[in-house]
Amino acid sequence: MSGRHILHVDANSFYSSVEMQENPTLRGKRIAVCGSKEDRHGIVLTASYPAKRMGVKTGMAIWEAQRCCRDLIIVPPHYREYMRYSGYMREILQDYTDQVEAFGLDESWADVSGSVGLFGSAMTIAREISERVKRELGITVSIGVSDNKVTAKLGSDYKKPDAITRIEADNYKEIVYPLPVQDLLYVGHATQHKLNYYGIRTIGQLAQTNPETLHGWFGKVGYSLSAFARGLDASPVAKQDHVAAVKSVGNSGTTPRDLVNNEDVWLMLLVMAESVAMRMRELNMKCTVVEVSVRDSDLNGFVRQRKIETPTSSSLEIAQVAFDLFKSNYRWGKPLRGVGVRGASLVPADTPVQLGFFCNAEKREKLERLDKAVDGVRERYGYTSVQRARIYTDRGLGAINPKDDHTVHPVGFFNAG
Amino acid sequence: MSRKIIGREKRYVEVDVRFEPDGHLRPLAIRFGPEQVYEIDKIKDVSRRAAEVGGVGDRYACVIHGQETNLWMEKGRWFVEAKLVAKA
Repeated sequence: MSGRHILHVDANSFYSSVEMQENPTLRGKRIAVCGSKEDRHGIVLTASYPAKRMGVKTGMAIWEAQRCCRDLIIVPPHYREYMRYSGYMREILQDYTDQVEAFGLDESWADVSGSVGLFGSAMTIAREISERVKRELGITVSIGVSDNKVTAKLGSDYKKPDAITRIEADNYKEIVYPLPVQDLLYVGHATQHKLNYYGIRTIGQLAQTNPETLHGWFGKVGYSLSAFARGLDASPVAKQDHVAAVKSVGNSGTTPRDLVNNEDVWLMLLVMAESVAMRMRELNMKCTVVEVSVRDSDLNGFVRQRKIETPTSSSLEIAQVAFDLFKSNYRWGKPLRGVGVRGASLVPADTPVQLGFFCNAEKREKLERLDKAVDGVRERYGYTSVQRARIYTDRGLGAINPKDDHTVHPVGFFNAG
Repeated sequence: MSRKIIGREKRYVEVDVRFEPDGHLRPLAIRFGPEQVYEIDKIKDVSRRAAEVGGVGDRYACVIHGQETNLWMEKGRWFVEAKLVAKA
């Protein structure tokens, strides 16, 4: 796949930069865009560079951030504006290529291989994009230029803010090899720990490790890790009109108060499962795997999943499986801050089903019809027009509307295709 | 009396606009007040620009009485970079 020219464009401190462009009195100040305290999403989403220099980091609780930086200005997020700026940024990239793949609101890959004859080298295009974003949007970007997506992303992370870094065969080892292994896309906490345990701390060390050894440690992902570390990534940049096939539907969130017992969790799982099931029905899909995720008050958590016998899009059934999984995996060491439900391995809703001897097909059909009727009422009169009675047992917890309040987060790198 | 410009601020203004058959907008005049109507003689350029006074939108580079002035259209509203003057 050599010969490709791929840019990774990353908007620097995106949320806080947009806030500063919208409100110039904030320019140059120590600001942090934070989730609202009332809903307990009180964490730093993005900090401005002056705030970062004082030690404020994404993910910190507000009080923690204020301890690093006393005069920190807390700004609530304005997602509409972020989407508007993100759309403009995309329009700029689309002037150079139709292969633009977003990775969240503030990052995109662009494959400009076909445009270099028209606009000049990849570096020229990168410089032009950087200038245009500054002039047209008043914010800055860091751009990585390479011949593949993974390395281009390393490039945009390498120097910030407002920088362009080219990493290709001639300077690859010099720039990339000394970087810590967790800088590589797809190396998360768990993978990093495992690699460190085996004495691998830099991308260079990972690149020099025998792929077979990595395969032994990580399974088939080992081969990918090895290839990525050596700057070999053949994955294409998706076309702009490409819509990723939906592979799972999920919902999770921080609850308005801590969950302290099974009843609380059952209520939340019901609320979440309703929105998950409804979205699945909108897509005309059913799931064959149910996944539950939990996060305790220390932000530790786990994910468990189970395959189910017959595909389903019934909220009650999904909630029951999730609750079963939860009960057999959590011992209430700590109160919970959030739970999530996901339906995965989706199949079309009309997939033929093998009926079992011991399942009550008639009852399932009834439940499905009930769900459909509820969907119809909600579509006409709003989400809260019909509710489960249980939701009224705790107004605080039951009041959230996960379906419409739901935000779409970037899909995982490997799920995007 | 000397009037010194000490800065600029974002000020939303009333604008007379003509809709062209192709869907483009042609701002004709900016109204600051009943006595202050500025006719726009010419539009030199329309492009997306970040405004120093905050915001991002379509910037119309207008010529008014031979002077170039920028007029922005952002989310359906028009604004200018109004001068802030200190009265001496």
